[in-house]
Amino acid sequence: MLLHPMIEPASPLASLHGITKVFANGVTALAGFDLDIRAGEFLSLLGPSGCGKSTVLRLIAGLAEPTTGHVAWPGSTHEDHRSEIGFVFQEPTLMPWADVADNVWLPLQLRGVSRHDARERIAESLSLVGLENFAKAYPRELSGGMKMRVSIARALSLKPRLLLMDEPFAALDEITRFRLNDDLLRLQNDLRCTVVFVTHSVYESAYLSSRIAVMSPRPGRIVAEVMGETPGSRAKDFRTSTRYAALCGEISRILLEHMAEERG
Amino acid sequence: MAPASNPWKLVLPLAVFAAAVGAWEATVRLQGIPPYILPAPSLIGATMIADWPLLRASLLTTLGTTLLGLALAVAGGVFLALLLSLSRIVEYSLYPFAIVLQVTPVIAIAPLLLIYMPQDVAVLTCAWLVAFFPVLSNTMLGLQSVDRNLMELFQLYGAPASRTPLALFRSRLKALWYLRRPAALPAFLTGLRIAGGLSLIGAVVAEMAAGSAGAGSGLAYRIIESQYRLNIPRLFAALVLLALTGIGLYLLLAGLSHRFLRRWHESALAPEK
Ligand SMILES: Nc1ncnc2c1ncn2[C@@H]1O[C@H](COP(=O)(O)OP(=O)(O)OP(=O)(O)O)[C@@H](O)[C@H]1O
Ligand SMILES: [Mg+2]
Repeated sequence: MLLHPMIEPASPLASLHGITKVFANGVTALAGFDLDIRAGEFLSLLGPSGCGKSTVLRLIAGLAEPTTGHVAWPGSTHEDHRSEIGFVFQEPTLMPWADVADNVWLPLQLRGVSRHDARERIAESLSLVGLENFAKAYPRELSGGMKMRVSIARALSLKPRLLLMDEPFAALDEITRFRLNDDLLRLQNDLRCTVVFVTHSVYESAYLSSRIAVMSPRPGRIVAEVMGETPGSRAKDFRTSTRYAALCGEISRILLEHMAEERG
Repeated sequence: MAPASNPWKLVLPLAVFAAAVGAWEATVRLQGIPPYILPAPSLIGATMIADWPLLRASLLTTLGTTLLGLALAVAGGVFLALLLSLSRIVEYSLYPFAIVLQVTPVIAIAPLLLIYMPQDVAVLTCAWLVAFFPVLSNTMLGLQSVDRNLMELFQLYGAPASRTPLALFRSRLKALWYLRRPAALPAFLTGLRIAGGLSLIGAVVAEMAAGSAGAGSGLAYRIIESQYRLNIPRLFAALVLLALTGIGLYLLLAGLSHRFLRRWHESALAPEK
């Protein structure tokens, strides 16, 4: 127990407090939303379609402003937190006119790093996702899973402290998804970054996360939290373990309970 | 515009063309049709050689007008599209006029232009006018067609630290350069291909309008002149040169488009085997 303390660290990496998000067309996407993101954790946001998961990520990244409430960054100023965020969209969102290396370069390029100086970083990011031999390929020459890995490499090129991922593997087949899940866990372990991962798959959240936050249907808020497997104690055959099966069962039960509640 | 890997794609149209020219030649000879009604292809060829100094000068005039008109249209169209994309105020106040001018057959103002301007300037203006709007509207469409997520990515990684108007403007310029410019390339090249053809048409129509009004020397003027003089072989020779100009222009612009897009854009990809 002492090796894997479950107590919260003193100050979270980011903290969303009393958030309401009302869009211009009057849709209330989030109401009474509270969430702490703890340094080093793998947090999954799980909820039905349209409950506001993407909106939460956009608020964290500063791409949208909350209507009420605020996003706090204890430990760093609001201005510089952006440089610590990597964002992976649901689609790969690559520039079709640029080859893989240039796509990975983009965040650095926008920060004013020359192609020459970025060379090493690009190679490093690409080898982290196992695409070192595809630096010169164009996006259309890659498979869907490879494009997604380029997108992840791009998010990693800035060495983010916080990686935001919006259903990155939703469009992929099971086999590829399993492999990328394992890659992602290895990456997080290597880079020691914090991950906030949006998904609507119970199984994916159970497999990946150290913590799962379950959201209610719109207007979204956190209705339950489930502690997942701690990163250090994850067994190699976790996917076939009884612990994994129990986690899936528990999450499904909570999800169903809250959906029924909403309806009833 | 992938190179024709299938030889039939080249051989078949050439064979059809040769057969048609042969049939034309045979008909004219067998039926004894006089050259002032329908000259034989061989006579057109001979006229082309005999009148070459004259026709060459006309060809150069028309070609020069077309290319200069196209170049000015590209410069003006791209510049205005950039301006419109950088400022909402400019866009709202100018774009409606661009649309009104686009849906009006501007070619009809050629006679008016001839009154107000020296003849060569009027012809050039005409070529420019008709080529300008395809470039403008296609480039604008292209500049707006950046993936929304890519723009957000840009906002995340490239947004300015301060929110002063100057910093915001510079960030817009940056987005323009890194994302909008490459994203606009396919649409721009489509506009360029359309504009190339239209610029030639504009030059020809204006030359024809000018032809009846005064001196002229372009290919279209030669056609009108030959018609008056019933020099039908020369009329055909000028027509052939005009057609070749159009084909050359098309091939040039299509080749350019292929050269820029071949690695990444769907329109330039060779079919999978
Ligand atoms: N720009 C916007 N303007 C108006 N309403 C919006 C906007 N973006 C999202 N919404 C609404 O807010 C709600 C939450 O959207 P969001 O994209 O966060 O859902 P989500 O949980 O990510 O769903 P999914 O799992 O399907 O991606 C939705 O009902 C949507 O209609
Ligand atoms: Mg979403």
